[in-house]
Amino acid sequence: MRVLVIEDDRETCLFLQKALKESGHAAEVAHDGETGLELASEGAYDVVIVDRMLPRLDGLTVVKSMRVAGNRSPVLFLSALGEVDDRVKGLRAGGDDYLTKPYAYTELLARIEALSRRGAPEENETRYSVGDLVLDRLSHRVTRAGDPIPLQPREYRLLEYLMKHKGQVVTRTMLLENVWDYHFDPQTNVIDVHVSRLRAKIDKGHARPLLHTVRGAGYMVRDGDGAE
Amino acid sequence: MARSETALSSSNRIGGAVQLPAKPMSAAEVAQPVMELATASGGPRPLLSATPFRIVATTLGALVAVAAAIFGMLFWQTNALLSEQVVAGLRADTAAILAEGRAGGLPALVDAVAARSHGDGPGFYLLTDLRGTKLAGNLPDMPLEMIAKPQGGLFRVATRADGPPRLAFAIATDTGAGARLLVARDVDAQRQYAQRMQRAFLIGFGLLALAGLAGGAMISRRVLARIDTIAETSRSIMAGDMSRRVPVSHHGDELDDLAGNLNAMLDRIELLMAGLREVSDNIAHDLKTPLTRLRTRAEASLRDGRTAGDYRDAIESTIEEADDLIKTFNALLLIARLEAGALEQSMADVDLGAVVLDAAELYEPLAEERGLALTVTAASGIQVRGNRQLIGQAVANMIDNAIKYSADPEARTPGTVTVALRHAAGGAEIAVADRGPGIPAEDRARALKRFVRLDQSRSRPGTGLGLSLVAAVARLHAGTVRLEDNDPGLRIVLVLPRR
Repeated sequence: MRVLVIEDDRETCLFLQKALKESGHAAEVAHDGETGLELASEGAYDVVIVDRMLPRLDGLTVVKSMRVAGNRSPVLFLSALGEVDDRVKGLRAGGDDYLTKPYAYTELLARIEALSRRGAPEENETRYSVGDLVLDRLSHRVTRAGDPIPLQPREYRLLEYLMKHKGQVVTRTMLLENVWDYHFDPQTNVIDVHVSRLRAKIDKGHARPLLHTVRGAGYMVRDGDGAE
Repeated sequence: MARSETALSSSNRIGGAVQLPAKPMSAAEVAQPVMELATASGGPRPLLSATPFRIVATTLGALVAVAAAIFGMLFWQTNALLSEQVVAGLRADTAAILAEGRAGGLPALVDAVAARSHGDGPGFYLLTDLRGTKLAGNLPDMPLEMIAKPQGGLFRVATRADGPPRLAFAIATDTGAGARLLVARDVDAQRQYAQRMQRAFLIGFGLLALAGLAGGAMISRRVLARIDTIAETSRSIMAGDMSRRVPVSHHGDELDDLAGNLNAMLDRIELLMAGLREVSDNIAHDLKTPLTRLRTRAEASLRDGRTAGDYRDAIESTIEEADDLIKTFNALLLIARLEAGALEQSMADVDLGAVVLDAAELYEPLAEERGLALTVTAASGIQVRGNRQLIGQAVANMIDNAIKYSADPEARTPGTVTVALRHAAGGAEIAVADRGPGIPAEDRARALKRFVRLDQSRSRPGTGLGLSLVAAVARLHAGTVRLEDNDPGLRIVLVLPRR
């Protein structure tokens, strides 16, 4: 995947470039808003990472200009600014996701992989399947090897999000934001309990687990022998 | 009085119109004594520039100007009337003499004048030939003033050798028979009347102005003394003595209102400053302790590390510590932002029932895992104006707190956490109750203070700032939060004003 990083801190840029390369992605960097906007309008990037505070042209303006010019590349905002109103401003300006500094690289990686639309199921796809697990988005029915699995509404949405991003790492905060619409870290890690409940329902009694824990990062739904 | 003399001699009309000065008293004139007063009192502020004094002086000035105009008009009219009477008398007298002369020629004129001159009346007469030689009359010769003014006018005449010259008004006429007739009347009494009036006026208004200005100065000094006290107090407060307060005189006037408001403002500022000091102490503690731990651990592993595995473990635990630090830092920052207020942009109508059910649902599996029963009762249709994220986070923190302490091994009767949303007198009430050890009554107020975490909670997981955040969210929404005894356990009640 091709990533554009618009960030004025050169050390962060170097680190990101190296880390993304190790993760198998190609990254280009711009150190100010103007250069960033130029690069973004020339190349087709799978994801653009934009810092909120940039020299010459601030991040919000860069993204607004991209959107006005019809550029639909997914944008992840990075910001040291607090979370209450700033996130709303960032998303209104045309950003697709918002990550507050300081962040963990695993979190950033998981988010840009989720943002890139490569290999992602179409929005109007009515059936998600991983191995013998099938989720029907019209009837809200879930089956494993043909046996129906009864799920609570929230469990269904949790599984739906995980399956939509099958083969990708999904972090706890991504689940909190996308399944519960909470933009804060609960004091206790409540997500793990929800996931282990879901895991008990879909993996129990089956030889091949589909819902995996990725150490130090989050969770992933994939068929054990899959390509990932 | 020099001024009245000039006025009289420069006018044809006897006494003349009193020329009242446009400004009865010049500022310098009236200010002089008051200036000395101010200097004598050693006041820190020139009295003349003081607002109350300026108000008094302006009012007094206007008052005196109006009074002077009325008085002047009265005086002018009286004087004019008197003068007209004199002129009419002189004309009649002249006409009578001329009538006698018309019949008998010059000798008859001489007789007529001589006859009138003998009386002891106020009249003066003089008949001269065309060269100015006296023919008859009680004036020694043609007054100098009358040579200059052939029509007549004011002149001075010495009636007695020892007395001062008196003022008289004359009408001069050419008799047509080779002689000039001068008929005059003593108007010295009128002049003296005019002079007395002017003197009385000047003295009277002078006294009035002095009394007014002295009164104004006194009022100013009393007001200024109180204002200076306020100014002096505020200076010493600016210099750092936050405990000073403006004295209130208990007159119940505007200045007392001002002083009272200033004191209330100072109380608030002092409270905020104390809060800030406490906050910075707490922040220092909350961040410095884990930072020290992190640094010590890194140092120790550098010293003791043997294998790559040792270093890996050390780095992993360092990252964990850093993550905890970031969480604490984020929590502190968020509370600070909420305390600063103003999140209007993200305020919306929030369905509290949904928020409470969502938060309870988020924690339900955790409660179950810990062997606790989480029960929720939520009245429907309760709306508040607020930020859904923040209210959600506050409710989540309340439930989180309850679960954390219910699971306490020391808890007497662990087992249930109840969440309830209901209508209450003050608004919408969200209450979360546990059966844990609770918080001693004396610590409850402190637990809700900005950035405070109770010492015994510092060893537990989490930032320990959960309740501080609940309190900050409550303040942001103009609501309240209180801690109650659930006997046993703790009941946290968040009240938000309903829409």
